[in-house]
Amino acid sequence: MSTWTTVLLAGVLAYALKLLGHVVPARWLDGERTARVTSALPIALLAALVAVQTFTTSSGGLVLDARSVAVGVAIVALLLRAPFIVVVVLAAAVAAGLRAAGMG
Amino acid sequence: MTAALSRERRGQVLRQAASVSVATGAYGISFGALSVAAGLSVWQTCVLSLLLFSGGSQFAIVGILAGGPSGGAAAVATSTLLGVRNMLYGLQVSRMLDVGGLRRLAAAHLTIDESTAVGVAQPETRAARLGFWATGVGIYLLWNLMTFVGALVGDALGDPRVWGLDAAAAAAFCALLWPRLKSVDAFAIAALAALVAVLLAPHAPAGVPVLAAAFAALLAGWWHRAHHDPAAPHHWTDEDLATRGAEPGATP
Repeated sequence: MSTWTTVLLAGVLAYALKLLGHVVPARWLDGERTARVTSALPIALLAALVAVQTFTTSSGGLVLDARSVAVGVAIVALLLRAPFIVVVVLAAAVAAGLRAAGMG
Repeated sequence: MTAALSRERRGQVLRQAASVSVATGAYGISFGALSVAAGLSVWQTCVLSLLLFSGGSQFAIVGILAGGPSGGAAAVATSTLLGVRNMLYGLQVSRMLDVGGLRRLAAAHLTIDESTAVGVAQPETRAARLGFWATGVGIYLLWNLMTFVGALVGDALGDPRVWGLDAAAAAAFCALLWPRLKSVDAFAIAALAALVAVLLAPHAPAGVPVLAAAFAALLAGWWHRAHHDPAAPHHWTDEDLATRGAEPGATP
């Protein structure tokens, strides 16, 4: 799948889901089970994305490097209630600093 | 049934919408930079923000494509599954706004975490509508502007690893996940999904470990609930925020 196909297909599907919520009768989507799955889905997906982005190389191997340290710092920043952009910039700075110093 | 808003309340709602828009728009710059670092062009990056317009899904797509263009199908699947929650928000927003035609099409596009949260947090219908539209439009403008700026910055930076942009992507997912980790169950789901993804990563193509991990965590959650704890009420805080005030009887 080309990158353009990925971008456009994902965009169309995302809009279709949003629109569906606005047009289907409420009773089709109301309900405790639906609510539970829809709130659990982003938790599972985002946690898996964190793990893959932090611990795997582009070939799929597992590794502890500058990214693990950077994500650790990001978690401390989140515990201290830092805003999103601060967390992200801090993690980049830690990883860049460690690499500049020849570590990770 | 909907009295006009006082000037003071109007100001309050608009200030809240503005602060959420600025905070969310600001990290559009990190999305733009990460997207270009992952190999997307400046145009592809901007089209994602214009057309997809849902932060978590956009970060997921560029995160998976960073592992190679072969991850396209998995990127679309992950993005779409992350977008399912917007459908539930749509239910609440459509009840709150009660609009049709082009306005409904526009409202659907602006239905994301932040606009829904600001809208349903208002006790009065007028304020809820104002909050939704002001936050949705504010974020849309700033998010797209900042995506473009970030894409240009990312384009100028060169090797993303030197600048730690790969670690920034991981931190961005952490920050998106953080507000959802408000119960023991949420932690358990997150831990299981992370573990499965890491174990599968050496053996599966890019993007597949994330999807498999999510399904494993959902199945485990379902099984656990069915066998141990069938009657317990569930409290997802972000869902609570999205549910409160959207009941037909809850607005004055």
